[in-house]
Amino acid sequence: MFTTRKQYEPYVSPFDPCVPIRVKTYVTPPNLYIPFQPTNLPQFPLHEALRKGTLWKVFYDPYYGPYEAKKGDGA
Amino acid sequence: MWIYEKKLQYPVRVSTCNPKLAKYLIEQYGGADGELAAALRYLNQRYTIPDKVVGLLTDIGTEEFAHLEMIATMVYKLTKDATPDQLKEAGLDTHYVNHDNALFYHNAGGVPFTAAYIQAKGDPIADLYEDIAAEEKARATYQWIINMSDDPDLNDGLRFLREREIIHAQRFREAVELLKEERDRKKVF
Repeated sequence: MFTTRKQYEPYVSPFDPCVPIRVKTYVTPPNLYIPFQPTNLPQFPLHEALRKGTLWKVFYDPYYGPYEAKKGDGA
Repeated sequence: MWIYEKKLQYPVRVSTCNPKLAKYLIEQYGGADGELAAALRYLNQRYTIPDKVVGLLTDIGTEEFAHLEMIATMVYKLTKDATPDQLKEAGLDTHYVNHDNALFYHNAGGVPFTAAYIQAKGDPIADLYEDIAAEEKARATYQWIINMSDDPDLNDGLRFLREREIIHAQRFREAVELLKEERDRKKVF
């Protein structure tokens, strides 16, 4: 399934001083995949769009931190 | 000319008294990839960019000032009632001795804002690529601040601002496509 959250496993040395983080993550936001916005894409209702920060569902990609409960798609 | 609307673009709520978050947020206020740098960058570049994308730079540059105002409100709310002791605990003692509780355009490390953070190369593609990079860097900065913050109300506002960076990056990329003038042309390279 498509996700804007990507992972990779960096090299881990047996002599690393800190507990290694075995999986690193990064974000590839939706704008990277759409060179020019096509017409007639699905929209959020207006009041919802004002809160979400975009009218276009395809560009909505919220980010949640580790200290808060995840609502929907987080990282 | 601008018309000022005396309201924020998105409501700013802060649920905990945590001046430390203000120290992180100031990165988006007076930092290299902050909202001030973005606004000044776009509103300056727009004079020497092809006509068809001037309006885009004006619109986005203007919106960046609305974002700057939101960041300022967040920082102000987090620090306005903080005692010198609390500021000291949050690592803002050096800020306090110079500025009291006033806001100032510097980054999270205390380095003052400089025009050297921004560029106007005059080449439309070079300038738009800088703008795209600036939006992605600001988006990343919002992620790192959200990672450091445990305030759900504050994060809600930061999430909105981060989403706007995604949209701005998209529009700048579309501006590049417009300048390439190959859109809608049935042509195989």
